[in-house]
Order: sequence, then structure tokens, then C-alpha cells
Amino acid sequence: MADETPPEGNGTEAGEVVEAAEGAEVPALGEREQALLDRLAAELGDGLVEHAEACGDLVVRVRPDSWRRAASVARSELGCDYLSFVAGIDWMPAEPFQGAPGGEPSQPSQPSDTTYGAAGSAGRFQVFARVQSTADHHGVTLKVDVDESDPRAESWVEVYPGADWHERECWEMYGISFDGHPNLRHIYLPSEFQGHPLRKDFPLLAREVKPWPGLVDVEGPAGSDEAEGGDA
Amino acid sequence: MSTTDRPVATRPSAVVPEIEVDPGAFRHLADAQMNVELDTGDMVLNLGPQHPATHGTLRLVVRLDGERVLAADPVIGYMHRGYEKLTEYRPYPQIITLINRIDWLSSFANEVPFVHAAERLMGIEAPPRAVYIRTILTELSRIATFLLFLGEMGLQVGAMTPAFFGFRDREHVLNVIEGATGGRFHPNFNRVGGLKDDLPWGWIAECRRTMDIVFKSCDDFEDLLMGNEIFEARTRSIGIIPADVGTSYGVSGSNIRASGVDWDLRRDGDPYLAYRDVDFKVWTHPDGDSYARYWVRLQETRESARMVLQLLDAIPAGPIMAKVPRVIKVPEGECWVETENPLGQMGYYLVSKGSTGPFRTKIRSASFSNVSILPWLLQGVYIPDIITILASLYFILGDIDR
Repeated sequence: MADETPPEGNGTEAGEVVEAAEGAEVPALGEREQALLDRLAAELGDGLVEHAEACGDLVVRVRPDSWRRAASVARSELGCDYLSFVAGIDWMPAEPFQGAPGGEPSQPSQPSDTTYGAAGSAGRFQVFARVQSTADHHGVTLKVDVDESDPRAESWVEVYPGADWHERECWEMYGISFDGHPNLRHIYLPSEFQGHPLRKDFPLLAREVKPWPGLVDVEGPAGSDEAEGGDA
Repeated sequence: MSTTDRPVATRPSAVVPEIEVDPGAFRHLADAQMNVELDTGDMVLNLGPQHPATHGTLRLVVRLDGERVLAADPVIGYMHRGYEKLTEYRPYPQIITLINRIDWLSSFANEVPFVHAAERLMGIEAPPRAVYIRTILTELSRIATFLLFLGEMGLQVGAMTPAFFGFRDREHVLNVIEGATGGRFHPNFNRVGGLKDDLPWGWIAECRRTMDIVFKSCDDFEDLLMGNEIFEARTRSIGIIPADVGTSYGVSGSNIRASGVDWDLRRDGDPYLAYRDVDFKVWTHPDGDSYARYWVRLQETRESARMVLQLLDAIPAGPIMAKVPRVIKVPEGECWVETENPLGQMGYYLVSKGSTGPFRTKIRSASFSNVSILPWLLQGVYIPDIITILASLYFILGDIDR
């Protein structure tokens, strides 16, 4: 069957941002999420800093000294027996790419001002995790601020043994230590690896050593790429 | 790498009885020597990274006492490609190509949650026809992945024949996927807002025929393995994952359903694709051993084939692409989208700052968590059972290492 609606051309014009539906600004929690939030707030007290709604999911930011407590509350009180992941995030904008002359056309340029996502952040680094219930099918995303000068967070290994590998990955990629973790060591990278690759100030080394999109691959002088078939 | 300084969690079955040496029991020094040797010195066995049971390059450093595992330490990262970093340097259409390579046996299923996350943040929805075709191709990916498992599991416990059947019948399914998408393993068929192409003529009939092959293939595996005495001896009560331990390690998918946890994101998660329109059963098994994991995947293969037949009957007409701008820009926000992939829960935590590419993509791949239970699970088992357990957990290295 022929493609009746071409994917390009009949939409809005190039570069226009499709705004999210109206009303997305109001953090309207669903009933289930509101109940989860009330439960968490009752247990954590002022350890709960902020909450938000992201695509229908509850996002809760807790104080650093309540991080492990939040996990045990989620596991015992909310019934979230399933650990989905623990990960880090670096909110600092990355340096604009400065590899090939003229830059790289396809590489996305991120805004240069620092903004924080749902439920906010106190600084550059955050650890976020998601726990879920296999019986009641709800879930909650938990976030905790991490001090940039001394990046560390409480470990979840005691509550969720599966946090072991996730925290090792987070330590390796962001340099965030986890207090109480039994053996923080490299998981993906060689043990002599220097640096924390997912930090925004860590350059993508492949792009540094070879300009992309592979200018050296193009035969003939620049501008004669019609002969190559012009794969624009 | 040394494993001796690693704290070992205690577990009842891991307790190795100490051999008591009674000096008066020996008549010769040689006897005493032998007994003393039995008592001392753990042996470290390096399994992989090139072992066929590891589906790639998983390395296991196993500390043994005789035939018994004292501690096992998986060493991963031989195939780490840094996709989370790469996604920060690429626009959305290019990332779909990248994430094909995470779990390369079910690439199409990898694309779906990522595309969903972008669509959800942009506030667009794929047209119904595209949703149905996505669902069909996801289930076909599942069948292809599981057929390979059903054959290869036999191979790991010493049965050659099922492996050939598995590869042979998976090829039929891959042909169908290739017919629709152009790619056997890496379709790269999803677009934000829909699909690249519509189905070709005759594809639906071909797909129906292939489902007959799949049903027949499942019957073959059942005949060959499920009642087989050797197979049962090798898999029954081997590698038992209790439900609560499994969930706390993040074990998901068929592995956790084989431990009796009735949890399937196709039914229980946020509604996605066309699963709400399909009548299907979520299979569970109470045992949690390797046999249960095989049994659950066998039933799920049949169930997926049934779902494909239902979806083929109900596939609506219409466009396959929503109206999307020429340059995909995702508004600021963050979104967690999870789907039930063949290997378990696959999710993307997408953070966007309004650019043409994501600011941060956390890729939650199923095998990473499924394998993270290995140090706990392998304690106290015997060497041949390591292979059975590895095979029955069914992981893909690309899905672990990302």
C-alpha cells in the first residue's frame, strides 16, 4: 500500500516546537499518585522536599539524609517491591561542540542556561531512582540532590540488593559515591579508567579525535558531494 | 581481579560442609595428603568472556570448592558502547538507529518505548494503524527472541536437536519482519509519530502462515524437551529465584513470572500499543526454577502468536504517520516510559530541554538487572548448573552493557 501521508512536509514548518497539551503545567496528580504522595509525606515528614508530576508519574525529591529512609518507606509502606533503576543526572549544560570547522550540523544544541527538571534540584548533580509495585502496579520516581563539591548519596543496597550494580554504574559514570555500598568499583569501564564519562564536561572522545560526520570519508573537495549521491 | 576480598552474602544452600580430618584414620601419609588437599585452596575458574552460554561476552569469575560455587562475580562491560552518552550528541531520528543495538534480538521492541517517550512529551499520538503494526512487529520480535531461547536452552543442557529447530523456525519469523521493515535484526522502522512505511502487499497472509509454523514449532519443543527426563533433571529446582528476592534485584519479564509474580506491563503498565484491544493470558509458574522459566517462555511464545493472529484480523486502515514537524523538537520535560520487552522491563527516562536531541536518556535495560542477581543465585550450585542457569535467565550482552 502506498504511503498516503508523507511523513514530511505536511506538518508544521521546520523548527517549530510542538507544545505540550494545555494544562500540562498544572501538576494534577491522579488519585493513585496523590495517595502515594500522602503516604510518603506522612512517613518522611520534612524529608520530602518537593513533588511533581511527569507524564502521569509521581516524582518526589527528598532530602539527602532521607534518601535511604525513602527507599525503605517505599518498599515497606508503598509496597514498591521492585527496583527498576538507580541513575544519576548532571544538569549542567554541556560545552557546545567545537570539533569540525563549522560545527556539526546534526548535533543537537542544548540551551546554555541551567534548568532543572521535575521537582527541581539544588545543584548540578542528582541521583534518581524508580521503584514499582508488582502487585498494585504503581510506581514512583525518587530524586535526591547531591552536593557538587563532595558528591555522595546514601546507598540503597540494604533495602534493594539490586541497587548494587546500578550504584556502581552511577559512581563510575558520575563520580557520585554511595555511603554504605559494599564495593564501589568499576562495572563497565576498565579499572584504570580516569574521569566520569556521563558528566557533561567529559567530552565525547570519538568526536574530538575525528570530526563527524566523517569529513575524511568524503572523496574530492568539499562541495562536490553530489557525486557521492548526496545523502543529505 | 581478585574475588577473595569480596563480601559474600550468606545463604543456607551456600554453606559448604567442612571436612573433618581425623589423624588416626590414615594409614599412609598419602591419604592424609589427599584429605588435606581436599580441604584447602579454593579454585578460581574463569568462565568466558567467550563461552557460548554467555550470548556474547559475559565473563564469570567463579570461586569453587570442588564442584561447588562459593562465589560468582560477573564481569561485564566488554561490549559497553556508551549509548547513554551517545544519545546526548544525536538528534532523535538517529537515536532510533542506535537503540536498535541494545537488545539486538528484539530490536523493534527497543525502539517502541523510546519513540513513545518522545511522542508523549510532544503530545502527539501515532495513528491507529501504526499502533497496530507496531504491536504486531513487537510480538513478532518476541516470538523470534523466544524461539532462539527455546532451541538454545536445549543445547545448553546437551540436546542438539532443539537448537536447529529454534534457528530454523526463527528464520521464518525474521523473514516476516524483514518483509515489513527491510531489516532482519535492526529494523529502524519506528519514527516519532508513526512508522517509516506501510505493510507490503501479501504480508498479512504471509504472517498468518508463519504463525502456523510457530505453533508447530512450540509443539515440537514441548515434545522434545518438556517431558524429557534428562532435561527435567538438569532444570528442575536448579536456580530457584524466590519472588521477593527477584523483585528486589529488579528481575523482570518472563524470569519473574516464572517465580509466580503475576506482573506483565502489557496488561498492568500504562496502556501502550494495542494491548488493551487484545485478549491474552499472562502465564506464570510458581516454581521459579530453570524449568519454570523455560515453561513460561514456551507458553508466552504461543500466546504471542495468538496475539499476532488477533491483531492481524483487527488491523485498521488509515495513515501510518501522524502530523509531525520536519525537525523533531521535543518540549522541555521528562518522561518515564516502560514496556514489556522479550527480556523484561525496558524503559527510558527521557529528559528533554526543548532541543532536537535529549538532554539525558537513562536506558533501563532488562538484562542488566536480570543478571545482577547472578552473584546471589549462583552461590552453592554446581558447575554444570551455572550453564543451565545462565541459559534459562536468557540475557543479551548488548542489553546488559548498553
